[in-house]
Amino acid sequence: MSTATQSERVALTGNEAAATAMRQINPDVVAAYPITPQTEIVQMFSNFVADGDVHTEFVRVESEHSAMSAVIASAASGARSMTATSANGLALMWEMLYIAASYRMPIVMPVVNRALSGPINIHCDHSDSMGARDSGWIQLYSENAQEAYDNIIQAVRIGEHPDVRLPVMVCQDGFIISHAMDNLYVLPDEDVQAFIGEGGGQEHSLLDVDNPATFGPLDLQNWYFEHKRQQVEGMKNAHRVIPEVAREFADVSGRSYDFFEEYRTEDADVVVVVLGSTAGTAKDVVDAMRADGHKVGLVKIRVFRPLPADKLVESLLSRSAVAIMDRSDTFSSAGGPVYHAVRHALYDVDERPPVSNYIYGLGGRDIRPSQIRRVFEETLEVARTGQRSRSISYLGVRE
Amino acid sequence: MSPDNKEYGRSGRTPEPDATWREVPIGGVLPWGGNAAEYETGDWRSMRPVYDPEVCIQCRLCWVYCPDSAVEVNEDGEVTGINYYHCKGCGICSAECPRDGAMEMEPEKAEE
Ligand code: SF4
Ligand code: SF4
Repeated sequence: MSTATQSERVALTGNEAAATAMRQINPDVVAAYPITPQTEIVQMFSNFVADGDVHTEFVRVESEHSAMSAVIASAASGARSMTATSANGLALMWEMLYIAASYRMPIVMPVVNRALSGPINIHCDHSDSMGARDSGWIQLYSENAQEAYDNIIQAVRIGEHPDVRLPVMVCQDGFIISHAMDNLYVLPDEDVQAFIGEGGGQEHSLLDVDNPATFGPLDLQNWYFEHKRQQVEGMKNAHRVIPEVAREFADVSGRSYDFFEEYRTEDADVVVVVLGSTAGTAKDVVDAMRADGHKVGLVKIRVFRPLPADKLVESLLSRSAVAIMDRSDTFSSAGGPVYHAVRHALYDVDERPPVSNYIYGLGGRDIRPSQIRRVFEETLEVARTGQRSRSISYLGVRE
Repeated sequence: MSPDNKEYGRSGRTPEPDATWREVPIGGVLPWGGNAAEYETGDWRSMRPVYDPEVCIQCRLCWVYCPDSAVEVNEDGEVTGINYYHCKGCGICSAECPRDGAMEMEPEKAEE
């Protein structure tokens, strides 16, 4: 693998972009287990290890539960630690996800979004990472390979910040991003190293025998609540740290990031909220509808945890109608997770716009521009009439 | 040795019981090691082993088998008694003891 000395434009898949970011981060420990569609990331990374391109201790574990357990332990020892997973692999980590977050281990984990079985399906939806949205991890969502690459590098700094100290999932859509060739800019290796710094992000180290520390002691009625409250504070502090890291990253890369991207929303009456690769398709639809004279725009959420609730309200409150697109369901029979979050945030506003929910793309079902156009057209109708015909729709399912 | 010695108890290193969330160590980390000794596990006991040095033949099987390191020994490795701050009353020491009456289990009495 050649090492870049200046920003290069390269053709990489999302998985290759993630593996490249990991090579440039050069973590101390990677423990990983293969699962489609993430497998390529750790497979390529293991090549970097074998070729001596990284100094990483690569641990070939027997399951994702072990992968997460291993990186929790290595992070506790002060080692910069990473893994990657998808779908049922993430589900198998479940128990340990909460432990990583509550022990405040700044692990960075690319998640290649895939439908959670069953019925068994290997294609994209967000049921895996959305299921883990309350596990205490920071969650960044990516529209394309460039964003996946940039988010992984920023995630190191966000998670390791002493006021945050939380693990970070960097999500990209399975196959749609992970296996599709994309044009992106890759930073020089030394710029990535300079940006992430020494790190490790731990106050105490399991391996510092001169200053022994106890990780994970019993934490009963008199302490657990205090530690959970601390964890919330780490998440709150991430509201400040994420833009700080993004500003520094923009200085290095020339690429800007925020909690969410507003696309042609300035004077928009109708805004659709989406995350992941569908944002790219939706931007084309916005352009086409703008050309037809419709005042429509898009909000693409990048940071779902912590939820930028106040900023979303600011962006959405003056709209005539809003639609939220969810690539997973909560099975609450009351809408998808993004809908719940955004609609909840809007409740504090007296003059809030009507908000409807479209659940789409489950199990890798294609989402077409014509379908997104339908979302905009129906939402424009809501804006005109102030009436929602229904609050939750299933877009692209055979009725 | 007092039968329920508390010398293993609070070392003064743990945060005060009324410490706020801003004061307790982040993530539940305790910035020192070896603190399992400070945790009282002896208050779960419903049966207690009672040691009789007159009957004991110093085979040390009780010390070997105790899962809680609650059988106390002196510098010469001789069994001297039970640390009731940690002893959970599982009865393994008594079951393994080859001498009747050297390590007998007795019901705990209700607290006076
Ligand atoms: S009763 Fe169990 S815990 Fe107590 S001294 Fe005997 S073996 Fe150890
Ligand atoms: S097992 Fe019984 S005889 Fe042997 S050392 Fe213990 S108390 Fe004494």
